[in-house]
Amino acid sequence: MASSAMLVTTAALDWVSAAFDAPLARAVVFGIHIDGHLVVELLLIAVILFQLSRKSYKPPKKPLTEKEIDDLCEEWVPEPLCPPISEEKQFHTPTLESAAAPHTIVDGKEVVNFASANYLGLIGHEKIIDSCIGSLEKYGVGSCGPRAFYGTIDVHLDCEKKIANFLGTPDSILYSYGISTIFSVIPAFCKKGDIIVADEGVHWGIQNGLYLSRSTVVYFKHNDMASLESTLEKLTRGNKRAEKLRRYIVVEAVYQNSGQVAPLDEIIRLKEKYRFRVILDENHSFGVLGNSGRGLAEYYGVPIEKIDIITAGMGNALATDGGFCTGSVRVVDHQRLSSSGYVFSASLPPYLATAAISAVDYLEENPSILATLKNNIALLRKGLSDVVGLEVSSSPQSPIVFLKLKKSRGSQDKDLQVLEKIVSRALHEDSVFLVTSKRSTLDKCRLPVGIRIFVSAGHSESDILKAVDSLKRVAALELE
Amino acid sequence: MVRLPYLTALTTLFSYGLLFAFGQMRDFFRKILDLWKSKNLQGYAPICLGLEDFYTRRLYLRIQDCFNRPIAGAPDAWIDVVERYSKDSNKTLHRTSKINKCINLGSYNYLGFAAADEYCTPRVIESLKQYSPSTCSARVDGGTTKLHAELEEVVARFVGKPAAILFGMGYATNSAIIPALIGKGGLIISDSLNHNSIVNGARGSGATVRVFQHNSAAHLEEVLREQIAEGQPRTHRPWKKIIVIIEGIYSMEGELCKLPEIIAVCKKYKAYTYLDEAHSIGAIGKSGRGVCELLGVDTADMDIMMGTFTKSFGSCGGYIAASKEIIQHLKNTCPAHFYATSMSPPAAQQVISAIKVVLGEDGSNRGAQKLAQIRDNSNFFRSELHKMGFEVLGDNDSPVMPIMLYNPAKIPAFSRECLRRNLAVVTVAFPATPLLLARARICISASHTREDMIKALEVISKVGDLVGIKYFPVEPQKHLTDKIQKKLE
Repeated sequence: MASSAMLVTTAALDWVSAAFDAPLARAVVFGIHIDGHLVVELLLIAVILFQLSRKSYKPPKKPLTEKEIDDLCEEWVPEPLCPPISEEKQFHTPTLESAAAPHTIVDGKEVVNFASANYLGLIGHEKIIDSCIGSLEKYGVGSCGPRAFYGTIDVHLDCEKKIANFLGTPDSILYSYGISTIFSVIPAFCKKGDIIVADEGVHWGIQNGLYLSRSTVVYFKHNDMASLESTLEKLTRGNKRAEKLRRYIVVEAVYQNSGQVAPLDEIIRLKEKYRFRVILDENHSFGVLGNSGRGLAEYYGVPIEKIDIITAGMGNALATDGGFCTGSVRVVDHQRLSSSGYVFSASLPPYLATAAISAVDYLEENPSILATLKNNIALLRKGLSDVVGLEVSSSPQSPIVFLKLKKSRGSQDKDLQVLEKIVSRALHEDSVFLVTSKRSTLDKCRLPVGIRIFVSAGHSESDILKAVDSLKRVAALELE
Repeated sequence: MVRLPYLTALTTLFSYGLLFAFGQMRDFFRKILDLWKSKNLQGYAPICLGLEDFYTRRLYLRIQDCFNRPIAGAPDAWIDVVERYSKDSNKTLHRTSKINKCINLGSYNYLGFAAADEYCTPRVIESLKQYSPSTCSARVDGGTTKLHAELEEVVARFVGKPAAILFGMGYATNSAIIPALIGKGGLIISDSLNHNSIVNGARGSGATVRVFQHNSAAHLEEVLREQIAEGQPRTHRPWKKIIVIIEGIYSMEGELCKLPEIIAVCKKYKAYTYLDEAHSIGAIGKSGRGVCELLGVDTADMDIMMGTFTKSFGSCGGYIAASKEIIQHLKNTCPAHFYATSMSPPAAQQVISAIKVVLGEDGSNRGAQKLAQIRDNSNFFRSELHKMGFEVLGDNDSPVMPIMLYNPAKIPAFSRECLRRNLAVVTVAFPATPLLLARARICISASHTREDMIKALEVISKVGDLVGIKYFPVEPQKHLTDKIQKKLE
């Protein structure tokens, strides 16, 4: 066996050496001396080229068969549609049995109401209710259609003109719900790729609008102008592309989550320096701030044309429902076709528009109620300045007096529990109706929670003193 | 299904092409003229760049007088349309004090509750005096009144579910509820023709969105199988949950959804169902309970039923009806419940009274009469339109009837000619419908009488001949003359 293998190998070697010694092997082609090793190298090159030209190995793709898909569908188990309810998250909401006026009936008892944003005390006002009754008998309740399809009633147009005249802007546009105003306005103007700088304490409506607009959103520290300036500087320095994009600053006049008032003159100065447009949400300052209630611009003495877009809900000072947006003619006209909450939704019920017109009339004729409101706020703040364990953290002019815990209990939920206990004791023992600032789980705001007291021009001095006494007593019992 | 004749498709495309070319030419001249005038933007980027608002400026503004027509009274069977004039070729419109009394075929007034009603209005006025127009507070703070609690109970009983929750606006209901139910890691499969509020809510939730062909249970099954097998995009982990969103009546098509087949598919693949009954609650079904009653589907099979009060009940607001646990969960998490002003109390009272009338609990049989009336009206109107040769979409029993127009020039022609003859109709074009499929949409109400409808049909037939939209003439004359000839022989 071995010898035959040896014989074969020697025969092959002899043949190879003979081939190499053949006269052809010693030829000289183009000046290159052909040697045996050239043949080996050529063969190697041929093999390498052959391997390179072949496709790399890929395992064959096998799509799932019908039976496999069936099996996967069988074994997939979805989560339940809602998670199991935990006991701590339950809120007991008291039921009102009369109008939400400064004195109201809750669960059968008469209480002093500090839970409604009824800043001018217009709930239950005779003239407004009479105008509503007239409107109900003429137009019915609903408007039965969106604005484009016979839902535009003449009271809507009158209301828009009235609000525009009141504020001093060219035109305004009415929305049918307060919270949908801001989350329809922001996506109408801000598209993908635009830059928005927003305060970190804005409320959920604005957060939703920012998310729907798909723009780049940068938050700055709550009501901190230095942080705003540095953010604007960072975004625009050396960024040539930023000049072509639309840029916006979104702030609230009176923040719902903390009661702070935004310093409008600073913001306007920064906006003009860095060329941003301002979207101002005046939910809780329209009809409250300023000598005649025209809002934050009047309070700071800034001409209204400098603010590009102003939105507000009418469910607070004006004691009706719905919202409006105002600005230059271009701003308002653009929304009539591209704002989804305006185009795809039924219009405001006409009796609410009539109520808004009457409310603005009343405010124009009686600017003295603003002085009453200011006095009430000052009185309440003075009384609450020495409550045990709670401190007033809102601005002096804000109609929302925000009380937060001096020492936090560690997490928002625990703080909220303590505050809820205080508030429910105040309701049951002293008949003072207060509310805490509850947050939804979808809300991204991380500001501290607290007790929100909505002061109204309809509260009398005794109401305010009653609230102060009750809070002092309950806080001393609960927080010591 | 829409049958689009070839010649019509060609002429429509040609018309749009011509309008586009004209628009571009005008834009070009405008750009040249603007170079002479000074720009006053001072370094701010313009609000609309380039072609973003081309459609608005060059196409929509020409026919602006067909939309946003103001009215001066209640949107009942007859409506007072305010006349407008324009001095600068439709760029701005001004109101006059002249009023045109027209038959109203455009408002969503299915059961006739739009104007002052003998049972509802006194009760609404009383609740207004007691509770005033607004509560100025969110539901969770001090905005829950006895009316809200009563309305939630009444709605839950009417729809056939254990519990319900209310909101002050139908659009905000969808936009705020869908994020509370599903988030990142979930899948939403929605019908391709769903309403903008559902699209916004789905986008705002952060879940992945897939679309299935309109009303096709077979395609829905395909999409479900593919998605469950593949899992989440890129990570291929299994989906957390799947929600399928459909509507009862699609407002631009007038069609009912094929509910039994779709529910069967969803049950097989363990997906949750969400039904938006904005147009169908109160308008269809033997006792007005909506599309579930009409098609014989048990309400326990639907996970979430949503609806609005604007259309059939003449009020405003929306509701969600589901099991007690889901409603409790929504009350604890939904942002609209926490932050938005609660529904206006008189509007809530209007819904309570309207539902009582529909159910017959007010002691009369006006509710049953209204329901029978709207069914008869819709069927009569639709069959007459078919006989005249119009292309009408929608199923039987549905009070929404789109008449196809197709050509962009026919939209203002139809609208203006009808208004001249005292008939108020609604015309819809891009972007609410696909570009080639412009239509006029008719909404029938229970308060339309037979004479109103016959008059309206006459006007529509005359205008249809004038404008040329009778695409499929049925030729009844030939059959009649044949029959007469046969009889004579």
